[in-house]
Amino acid sequence: MYHTIRRWFDPRELRELGETPDYRFSLANERTFLAWLRTGLALIAGGLAVAQFLPPMPLPHLREGLAVALLLLGGTVAIRAVDHWARTERAIRLGQELPASRFPAVLALLVGLGAVLLVLAVLVQAARNT
Amino acid sequence: MRPEPVPAEPRRPDADVGLAAVRTRLAWRRTALAVGVVAVLTARLALAGGTVGVVVAGLAGLGWSAVLVVTFPRLGAPVARRPGLPGPTLPMIALSSAGFAGLGVLLVLASMR
Repeated sequence: MYHTIRRWFDPRELRELGETPDYRFSLANERTFLAWLRTGLALIAGGLAVAQFLPPMPLPHLREGLAVALLLLGGTVAIRAVDHWARTERAIRLGQELPASRFPAVLALLVGLGAVLLVLAVLVQAARNT
Repeated sequence: MRPEPVPAEPRRPDADVGLAAVRTRLAWRRTALAVGVVAVLTARLALAGGTVGVVVAGLAGLGWSAVLVVTFPRLGAPVARRPGLPGPTLPMIALSSAGFAGLGVLLVLASMR
């Protein structure tokens, strides 16, 4: 765990592994990291927006729960982006298969599930108001 | 009178090299702007909370400034012929993003009390 985190900050060790690839591949890997990071930042911004712009919901603390869930999800996406970048860089240098990951599927399911729950909350509120 | 169409230059084999570096630099700029949006939203949420809130909002501003300083070599530097690995810049921008998320969680929890 500690070793992994140290490796994120110290690219020298990464640089000594395997062969130096065409740097266009490294740049593409870096851009993929940045795209993941922006995905995480979008989730964080969504959480912050929910916390301050949404009116109170039919269930108590549903708004706060939603905000915290989005914030935690965004933070996880950001941290995992670094780990995935480091593992991909390593695989490119060693000429191995790129790391496979279940994370995108899990993230998609969580976001989809959250959307369905919110649709239900909106419908419940609409039914109560009529 | 319409100008004559300029004949296309033959594509140099390394024509894509500079483009890859430019695309990466633009991606860094987009990401830094996204961190700025998150910092503004954090500050706005914090300002609802009195004196402590002002301090936290200041922290959010400082955080964004720090991100800009740390990522500056990747944001504004001239495109290097052989760009190196990004080094600690990369985990630092990710950890500061996660830091904003943590700060947001604390602010939401504080607003519930």
